[in-house]
Amino acid sequence: MNILVCVKRVPDPAENEIEISSDGSDIEREDLVYSVNEWDNYAVEEAIQIREQHGGSVTVVSVGEEESEEVLRREMAMGADQGILVSDDAFEGSDGRGIATILKAVAESGDYDLILTGAQSDEGAAQIGGMLAAMLDQPYASLVNEIQVQGGTKLQVGREIEGGNQEVSEIELPCVLSIQSGINEPRYVGIRGIRKVSGVEIPEKEASDLGLSEDQVGQKAARVKRVDYFHPEMGEGAEILEGSTEEVAEKLVELLKSKGGMK
Amino acid sequence: MSRQIFAYIEHNDGAVEDSAFELIKVAEQMDPQAQVTALLFGSGQELEDACQHAASIYPQVWKVDKQEHSYPNAELIRPQLVNLLPADAVVLAPFDTFGMDLTPGLAIKLDSAHVSDIVGLDGVDGDTLKAVRQEYGGQVHTHVHCDLSGGAVLSVRGGVFPASEGGQEGQVADKTSDAGEVQAGRRFLEVREAEVGEVDITKEDILVSIGRGIEEEDNIEIAQELAEAMGGVVSCSRPVVDAKWMEKSRQVGTSGMTVKPKIYLAMGISGSFQHMGGVKGNPFIVAVNKNASAPIFQVAHVGVVEDMLEFAPVLTEKIQEMK
Repeated sequence: MNILVCVKRVPDPAENEIEISSDGSDIEREDLVYSVNEWDNYAVEEAIQIREQHGGSVTVVSVGEEESEEVLRREMAMGADQGILVSDDAFEGSDGRGIATILKAVAESGDYDLILTGAQSDEGAAQIGGMLAAMLDQPYASLVNEIQVQGGTKLQVGREIEGGNQEVSEIELPCVLSIQSGINEPRYVGIRGIRKVSGVEIPEKEASDLGLSEDQVGQKAARVKRVDYFHPEMGEGAEILEGSTEEVAEKLVELLKSKGGMK
Repeated sequence: MSRQIFAYIEHNDGAVEDSAFELIKVAEQMDPQAQVTALLFGSGQELEDACQHAASIYPQVWKVDKQEHSYPNAELIRPQLVNLLPADAVVLAPFDTFGMDLTPGLAIKLDSAHVSDIVGLDGVDGDTLKAVRQEYGGQVHTHVHCDLSGGAVLSVRGGVFPASEGGQEGQVADKTSDAGEVQAGRRFLEVREAEVGEVDITKEDILVSIGRGIEEEDNIEIAQELAEAMGGVVSCSRPVVDAKWMEKSRQVGTSGMTVKPKIYLAMGISGSFQHMGGVKGNPFIVAVNKNASAPIFQVAHVGVVEDMLEFAPVLTEKIQEMK
């Protein structure tokens, strides 16, 4: 099975406090630690496991700045066979539809039986996979937390639904799935693995290579635009306990006692 | 504004979900004069009952009654919605596991704009909808402008808009034949219920809940000692289960368990809406997190801005001393 996995380079949620720039036009990017979007990493691991059991290939693609090459290389160190970097100033300001349009062009330039995306990324929109499937006229399932290959024509997939339940369906290939975190245990990528793929060439594609025009992607085509970032006026929020660690702990014990938090 | 607004209504056992009461409020915020139409897919008596329920909230209700909709499959419902809806419709839906399946593709098929997980509205200005979203797990908010001129599909976070009190006497119209016959490449088989673990966190009064801040599996012991000192048990957020460090049955959140403790001590948990959606019953919430901008501090009663790994052992010690 030939699998295409869409990955994005994002600020690592475990490493960063996100702050807003003074004019609200962006977040402070200066000291951010970037990594591959967590959900996408699960998707790549799943693709590699499918290939290990059933053969085929795994291609990772990323739409973004030149630096996205880092995450492609990381996923190739994990075991993806090849990477494609899609980068062009014309993509700047694309909305979800714009990104899906770019990925559709990538998908159609290859021959893929299965396309995986992460269920969501840093923007939390959870929309690219569903849009891409609709553009390709392929069936779609979101929040997939289990995949079983059934012959060469269909998959059995589990979707994570409310209450920790799992919805099980049969889906025809080719199809698009968005992958929920926790579906597998992504393998560790060491320095040695990264080094091994450091020389591999990653082809870079621009809008013109994919036959995309300005009215399809970027700021001009976007029907949804982010105007700014802000922190809303909130209620009071939590009462923050101040003092040394010992003092804070003592205050908290008194509070917990008064609220019945001790048995 | 003469734009038609539709609300996709989820229902269960003949009653509409809470989102039905909230989506009409969203529509009214967009256009106070809107004659909002509720859309219900299902089958038989259960659908009929749900439609009657919806008609107490919405002036118009459209129903599509087919055996194939006895369990909602977004892949079947989406093309039927495309058959039913005007091209420039504004469609509202809940941002939940069904909505995530349905709405992005629906926006493409209707050639409409798509905004997901809306948490606020600043009104409509001509053809521009001004919406509020969150990014980075709720650490920042964004203002978003959406062009409504070619229609829009908008998914809305649950529990953030007020709920309608109902009191409508709406008309139910049967749109089954207009929805058409469609084929889908995805066939529903079954729902597997979540497994119940050794410890039932839904019945506990005191929960020490751990998140990404626990960092390593071996550190769970720190939380266990604290929970023991307090007479409670350890629960967790999604990253801890994803890492396979705790059982799914210990996970609090919309995709895990719904708990209703008296005390909820959130340690190293950022407090995403999916996580907090599983915390009910208005407990006393204490947040310990080294990231002062973590959204958990907006919902907690008391906060401690420290690394949980350093704070928890000190707290355990103090509890043992002061108990």
